[in-house]
Amino acid sequence: MQPNHVAIPASGRARPTDVYFFGTCLLDLFLPEAGMDAITLLENLDLCVHFPQAQSCCGQPAYTSGHPNEARVVARAQLALFPNDWPIVVPSGSCGGMMKHHWPRLFAGEPEQALAEALAARVVELSDFLLNVLDFHPQDRGLPTRVAVHTSCGARREMNVHVTSWALVDRLANVERVVHDHESECCGFGGTFSVKHPDIAGAMVADKAASLQHSGALEFVTADAGCLLNINGKLAKDGERVFAGKHLATFLLERTGDKA
Amino acid sequence: MSARDNILAKLRAAPRSAPVEPDIAAHFEHFGPRWNEVEALRHWAAMMRSVKTDIVWCHAADWPQRLAEQVKARPVRSLLLAPQTAHGALAHAALEHNPLLTLKSFDRVVDEWKDELFNDTDAAFTAVRCGIAATGTLVLWPDADEPRTMSLVPPTHFALFDTRTLHADFHTAMTREAWPNGMPTNALLVSGPSKTADIQLTLAYGAHGPRDLVVLAVLPHHLTVAQLEDAA
Amino acid sequence: MSEQQTITLYPSRQFKDNARAALQDGELRTSLRTAMDYLMAKRLSAFPDGDELATLRTLGETIRQRCLAKLPELLEKLEAQLTVNGVQVHWAETTEQANEIIHDLIARRGGTLAVKGKSMVSEETELNHYLEARGVTAVESDMGEYIVQLAGEKPTHIIMPAIHKTKAHIAQLFHDKLPDTPYTEDVDSLIRIGRNALRDLYLKADVGLSGVNFAVAETGTLCLVENEGNGRMCTTVPDMHIAITGIEKVVEKLTDVVPLYSLLTRSAIGQPITTYFNMISSPRKTGEKDGPREVHLVLLDNGRSQAYADEQLRKTLQCIRCGACMNHCPVYTRIGGHAYGTTYPGPIGEIISPHMLGLENTKDLPTASSLCGACGEVCPVKIPIPEMLMRLREEEQRPAGEVVAHPLRGQGAAHTGKEALAWRTWRGLFGQPGAYKLFGWAATRLRGLTPPGQLGWTQNHVPLKPAAKTLHQLVRERDAARR
Repeated sequence: MQPNHVAIPASGRARPTDVYFFGTCLLDLFLPEAGMDAITLLENLDLCVHFPQAQSCCGQPAYTSGHPNEARVVARAQLALFPNDWPIVVPSGSCGGMMKHHWPRLFAGEPEQALAEALAARVVELSDFLLNVLDFHPQDRGLPTRVAVHTSCGARREMNVHVTSWALVDRLANVERVVHDHESECCGFGGTFSVKHPDIAGAMVADKAASLQHSGALEFVTADAGCLLNINGKLAKDGERVFAGKHLATFLLERTGDKA
Repeated sequence: MSARDNILAKLRAAPRSAPVEPDIAAHFEHFGPRWNEVEALRHWAAMMRSVKTDIVWCHAADWPQRLAEQVKARPVRSLLLAPQTAHGALAHAALEHNPLLTLKSFDRVVDEWKDELFNDTDAAFTAVRCGIAATGTLVLWPDADEPRTMSLVPPTHFALFDTRTLHADFHTAMTREAWPNGMPTNALLVSGPSKTADIQLTLAYGAHGPRDLVVLAVLPHHLTVAQLEDAA
Repeated sequence: MSEQQTITLYPSRQFKDNARAALQDGELRTSLRTAMDYLMAKRLSAFPDGDELATLRTLGETIRQRCLAKLPELLEKLEAQLTVNGVQVHWAETTEQANEIIHDLIARRGGTLAVKGKSMVSEETELNHYLEARGVTAVESDMGEYIVQLAGEKPTHIIMPAIHKTKAHIAQLFHDKLPDTPYTEDVDSLIRIGRNALRDLYLKADVGLSGVNFAVAETGTLCLVENEGNGRMCTTVPDMHIAITGIEKVVEKLTDVVPLYSLLTRSAIGQPITTYFNMISSPRKTGEKDGPREVHLVLLDNGRSQAYADEQLRKTLQCIRCGACMNHCPVYTRIGGHAYGTTYPGPIGEIISPHMLGLENTKDLPTASSLCGACGEVCPVKIPIPEMLMRLREEEQRPAGEVVAHPLRGQGAAHTGKEALAWRTWRGLFGQPGAYKLFGWAATRLRGLTPPGQLGWTQNHVPLKPAAKTLHQLVRERDAARR
C-alpha cells in the first residue's frame, strides 16, 4: 500500500553456498509438495539445502493463542537445529515473522535468548531470499497466463516482503500479474481466529476468494501456507473446480519447466 | 482516601522508566514548509478556499470599502462589531451608511441578549490574531471587545486578517508568539466555516457555527493582488 | 446501581451473536465497506510523504510515552494550573462516581437541560441515562451523535458515530421524531433540520458537557478538536461547562499538542486540520461578556490505572482516539461498532475494554482479530495493537488462580480445561522430534479418517486432510534415493 515505506536491502547479503530450510508444520502436513518445490528451486540455483529432520513448528499457533509457555517448548526444540552460520529459509511469511520477530521476545530473559536472537537474524523468507539474495531471474517456459498474488499479512507487515513475490512474478516473461480488489486485506486465516470466530473469518475469506476470482486471473499464488489452505479450502467448499491457488514455489518451478 | 488519592497512588505504584525527550522543534524545522512570503500566502489561501472560505485580498487603505461591498452582496441585515476598537471603528464608518443594515455591538453580557444574538444577528466582524499557512488557518484570540460567540453564533463571520502575521505552521505560530507563557480564556484555530460529514460522509457546511467565513486579507504595501492569484 | 448495569446493554459475551447478525445485514456491510474505503483513501492522501509520516508517528509515540511516564505528576500539575486558572477539577475512579459528580454540579444550579459535545468518555459512563433518570435531559449535539441518540442507539464508530446509517434512515428518523419535518434525503436539508433543532437548545441549556482531546498541564488548557462548531457552542454558550476525560489524556506541554493534533486529524479523516481547534483555559473572566462562568473538569480512571500498572499494557493509553485502527480493520469493516458491545469498538476497543469492563465481560474481544497488523501499521502513536491482543489472550487463558505481578480483572476468563489440554497435547507432539515424527506418520496414514467436521474450520472450508506423505518423509526418501 505504501511502497515507499518498504526498504529491502537488495545488496549487502552475500550469496551463501548452503542454506537451512525450515519447512513449517502446515507445509509439512498439508502441502509437502510445495516444500519440495521450494527445495528444488533452491537446489537448481546451486545451493546445498539442509533440512533438519528434527524440525516441527515455530510455535506460532500457541503463541498467538495466548499460550506462550507451550509455544516456547515447541520453539525451543528448534533452536539447536541450525548450528552452522547459514541462512534459514522459510517458505512462509507468518512463520518467518514468528521466528524473526517473536522468538527473541519469547526467549527474552531465558537462557536461550542469545541463541534465539542469533537465529532470528538469519531467518529469511523464501521470496525475499530468491529475489534479494539470489537475484533469481526465472526463465519462463510456460504459456501466457494471468495470475493474482496474495501476500500474507505476516510477510507484508512483519517481514516487509509483500513486494518480493510481485517482483518475482513480474520477472516471468509470459505471466501477467493482475491486482485484485483490496489486495492488502487479510484473507481471514489468523491461525485459531478462523476456528474461534468462524463467522467473521468466513466473511473475510469469502470476500478474499471472490476478489481473487473476479480479478481476471486464471489462478493465484501466495507464499504462505496458511493463507493458501484458507482460500483454497473456501473455494473448494463453495464447489469451485477451476480457480485455485498454489504456493509461489510451485508456480515458479512450473514456469521454469523444472517441475517433475 | 479520596478518589484523587487512590488514582494517584495506583499510578505511583506502577514501575516507570525514564522517558525519552522528543525533539518537537527539530521535527518541524526539518519537515516544515519553506516558503517565501507570496508562496505562503498563496498556500494559505488555497487551503482556506478548499474548505469554502471566501478570501478577499485588500490593503490597509481599502479594506473597509471591500468589507462594505461584501456585506452588501450578501443577505446580511444585521452585523455585530466592536466600534470601540480601531478596526471596528473603521468598519463602522464604512457600513453605517448602508440603510438596509443594522449595526450592533456587544455592549452587554451575552446572558442579557442571547435570544437576539442567536435569532436576529446575521453576521459579525472581528479581527484575527494571526494566520497559519500550512493548514489554511486563522487564529482567534477573543477578548472583552470581541467575545467568543461573535465568531460562532452569527451565520456569517467577516474576519480581518493582517497577512503580515501569517506563520508557516502551527508550531511556529505557537513558539514565536510564546503561547506557553500564558493562554487566554479561549484561543481558537479556525479553518473554514463549520462543517460535517456525519450523514453518509457527505460534506455539508453550516453545521452549527457560521455557514460562511469571509476573510478580508490585508496585504502589505509591497504586495499586489495579482501576485497572489493565477493569471488564468 | 441500575446505571452500572446498563453498561452491559450489549454484553460482549454476546459478541459472536452480534457479529453474526451484523454479517447478515447486507446494507450495513455495504455502508461500512464504502465508508472505510473512503476513510482509508483519505488518510493515505493526507500523508503524501512517507518519511514525514514515519517521523511524525515516532514523535507522537515518544510524546505520549513521555507524558505517560510522568502521568501522576502531570495530573497534579494540570490540576494545579487549572485551579489557578479558575477551572475546578474533580476525580472519579468509577463511572458511577463521575456521573454523580456531574449530576451534583447540574443539580446544584437546578439545571434540567444539558447540551453535549462529543465525548466518548461520557458514553463510557452512560451519563445520558444517569442524568435522564434524575430529571436532566442531555442532548447530544454532534450531528452523528444527535442522529444516534434520536434513534435510541449508540455510536458505531468513535469519529463517525452514525456511519452505519444511510441518508434514507436519517430522513425517516427526522420525519418521525422531529415535529413538522418533511421527509427529505437531501443532506444539506437534513443538516439544516439538525442545526435548527439544536441551536434552540444551546440557547436554553443550563449546562454544556464536552470531552477533551488533550489536557495541557503546562498552561492548564483543555483542547477540543471538531469540525461542526457544536463543541464550541456547548463550551461557550451555557453558563456552566463540564468537561469529562480519561486520566491518560493529559499532555505535558502546549507544544506537545501540535504533532498530536496533526496526527489525529490526518489519521482520523484525512484532513490536514479540523475546522476548529478550541483551547479553553479558564471560565469567563471579569469584564468578559460571554463564556461559562463555571468550568469543571472531571478526570476518570475506570480501569485505566490497571492498564497503567503494566509497562507493556500501558501503551494502550497512548491512544489519541483517531479511529484509524477501526477504519483499517477487516473485522470492524465487516461487523461494525455495535457488535463489540463496548463504548470503544474495533482494535482499540479490543485492547482498552478489558481494562474497563474486565476480561470476564470482554473475553471474545482479544481473539476477534486475525492479527493481520493493519491497525498497528496505521496507529499514529504506534501502539503495537497485535502485541497487546496477544498479551490479553495470554491473560484470559492464564488460570484464575495463578499469581502474577499485575493481575488483570477477569484473568482466566477464557481458560478452559479442554483448550489447555489441547495445547498441552500439541506441545507434547510438536515439542519432541520423536513424537512429532510419529504424529506425522500417523496423520498421513490415517488421513482417510479425517473428521468431516473440524470445529469452526469446516463451517467455511473443506476439511483439512493431511497429505499422503509429510515433507519430512519426502525429503528422507529423496535423500535415500540420491545415495
